[in-house]
Amino acid sequence: MALPKLAVYKFASCDGCQLSILDVEDHLLDIASVVHIANFPEASREVVEGPYDLTLVEGSITTPHDAERIHEIRRQSKYLVTIGACATAGGIQALRNWKDTDLFASTVYANPEYLDTLHTSTPIKNHVEVNFELRGCPVDKMALVEVVAAFVQGRRPNIPEYSVCVECKRKGTPCVMVSHGTPCLGPVTQAGCGALCPSYNRGCYGCFGPMESPNTDMLAAAWQRLGVSHRGLVDAFRGFNAYAEPFRIASDHHEALAVAQGE
Amino acid sequence: MSEMYVSGQSGIGRLIQALAERGHRVIGPVVRNKALVYDEINGVEDLPKGWTDLQEPGRYRLEQRGDEKLFGYVVGSASWKQFLNPPETVLWSGTINPEGFMTDPAPEPPKYAFFGVRPCEVAALGVLDKVYATSNGLPSMAGYSAIREQAFIVAVNCVEPGGNCFCVSMDTGPTARGGHDIVITEIAHNGNMRYLIESGTAAGAEVLDGMANLEEPTKSEIEARDYFLTEAAAAMGRTLEVDGLPELLKGNARNPRWDSIADRCLACANCTMVCPTCFCNTVDDNLSLDGTHATRTRKWDSCFTLGFSYMHGRPMREGIGARYRQWITHKLATWVDQFEEMGCVGCGRCITWCPVGIDITQEAAAIRRADLRDTPIGIGGFV
Ligand code: SF4
Ligand code: SF4
Ligand code: SF4
Ligand code: SF4
Repeated sequence: MALPKLAVYKFASCDGCQLSILDVEDHLLDIASVVHIANFPEASREVVEGPYDLTLVEGSITTPHDAERIHEIRRQSKYLVTIGACATAGGIQALRNWKDTDLFASTVYANPEYLDTLHTSTPIKNHVEVNFELRGCPVDKMALVEVVAAFVQGRRPNIPEYSVCVECKRKGTPCVMVSHGTPCLGPVTQAGCGALCPSYNRGCYGCFGPMESPNTDMLAAAWQRLGVSHRGLVDAFRGFNAYAEPFRIASDHHEALAVAQGE
Repeated sequence: MSEMYVSGQSGIGRLIQALAERGHRVIGPVVRNKALVYDEINGVEDLPKGWTDLQEPGRYRLEQRGDEKLFGYVVGSASWKQFLNPPETVLWSGTINPEGFMTDPAPEPPKYAFFGVRPCEVAALGVLDKVYATSNGLPSMAGYSAIREQAFIVAVNCVEPGGNCFCVSMDTGPTARGGHDIVITEIAHNGNMRYLIESGTAAGAEVLDGMANLEEPTKSEIEARDYFLTEAAAAMGRTLEVDGLPELLKGNARNPRWDSIADRCLACANCTMVCPTCFCNTVDDNLSLDGTHATRTRKWDSCFTLGFSYMHGRPMREGIGARYRQWITHKLATWVDQFEEMGCVGCGRCITWCPVGIDITQEAAAIRRADLRDTPIGIGGFV
């Protein structure tokens, strides 16, 4: 029986999530034994034509060309999984969505007229139907293995959507907000990293995007009690997942308040 | 008949030693990440000497006391349940190959001594026992009793309750009520740190009998112990009115207070994770990529997650208010129906470690103030 065909595509991104696939070490051979790595330029020169059974998409849509290309990929893919903050939320480059891209282009490039770029960076799901989203900046490599395993075994991936706090407590780390007043995005952020930052006495940066029922208003109020300004809150919510809806709404809200209060 | 001795700090060190010599892994409070956690200790020098913990709703600070107390603080950030029902436990794993299916050997259950267990925490072990070991005639939860039965409990009475403690309301402290093998009371007496050490079980008495250099306490030392513990009972940080509480909570399922909670609560699940009695688990099945190796893992779960109440395509407790209501009603009301006692021992952890400082005692009091049982809105059960 032919193995399911796997394709991996890149859009606007840093390649870190694709690298996570190569970084699964021992499991890479296992992956290669259950799927045919048919189109993954970062891993192999061999390119087998579509259609593909499982397609992993990294990166966000930032150019008119990419906005076209993703539709062709969708047509070639039976099951499409987006991986990482760029593909699922627009990534750090979505900060352009609040700025003037023409100004950036004319500042950075000698001949900006050669550029053909969009004014926004948007997640893949804004353009085509996505079957599953794997969050993280970057994604967790064992979560990637789980997604591939679930696909070949015909089940739902076992990826939790609750807060980072759940992982933080399972790990036994005392809460950094409570024990030393360090602002943490953990309560509004989806688990997946194993609560890495709090175990090093730092607050969570929100790499895995909004959790299942984020109460950003109340967390922001708690941050303010710890001395964080509206401006500081804008910066916190505008990270790798700035354009994920709950974080976007929260950052816009605090930006309006920062302006109103002359911060 | 319980035996009582007294010693200085060296006696505490010798007790840790004696337990280690009996093959126990001794776990006690240590400072880590700017808080107290429970971890392996090798001697009296590992204890947080001279530290205290300031606990308020949503705030915790470790500070130097300026004295030599070994036990001048209250409960640690995470409870002892982490050792009895570890946050992640492999229930079994196994491999299938042409010869058949074989399970991997299970690890030996660790033999612990818990050192410095506070009276409310001793009570919490009893609450957990009812849930996991003798659940209404059901078999004990896999792995629990094997660890629990070997665990040796050294309690420490609380002469200085913390800011969020309410063990007096729950009748679990500040003097240990039983369930410990040994209990220690630390008192400053005539300028010296003195430790009254009492056995609670035959096993505890046997350990004490084997120790050299323990003294008989003087009458004034025993009086000092009793005085400090009586004072402590009057110095609780908080109170919870438990009279009629189960009926009150069960009858207020539609109280608008739950909407106010929904605005304030993050549904982060910290309160349930740090609680010494919250017992909910989920089970993950994991199959290797090639389908030959399977692992079943039990993990701590919480009624604050959406997955917890997911049935027939949707979560039954979508709103955060409904999830908080489930939590407090289980702890203080429906737990009584299940286990004939409340699921709260008054340790105060859920108050301290809630990042936004939501206080179970205040929320219960607010429902009591706005009891809707006699109004039309109060009619009916859970919504
Ligand atoms: S440190 Fe952050 S992630 Fe951990 S419990 Fe506190 S708020 Fe949650
Ligand atoms: S409900 Fe809160 S106070 Fe009661 S035992 Fe649990 S953590 Fe402690
Ligand atoms: S309060 Fe919630 S997490 Fe705790 S035991 Fe009850 S249902 Fe489980
Ligand atoms: S009560 Fe506090 S700790 Fe519990 S889920 Fe709500 S915000 Fe988190």
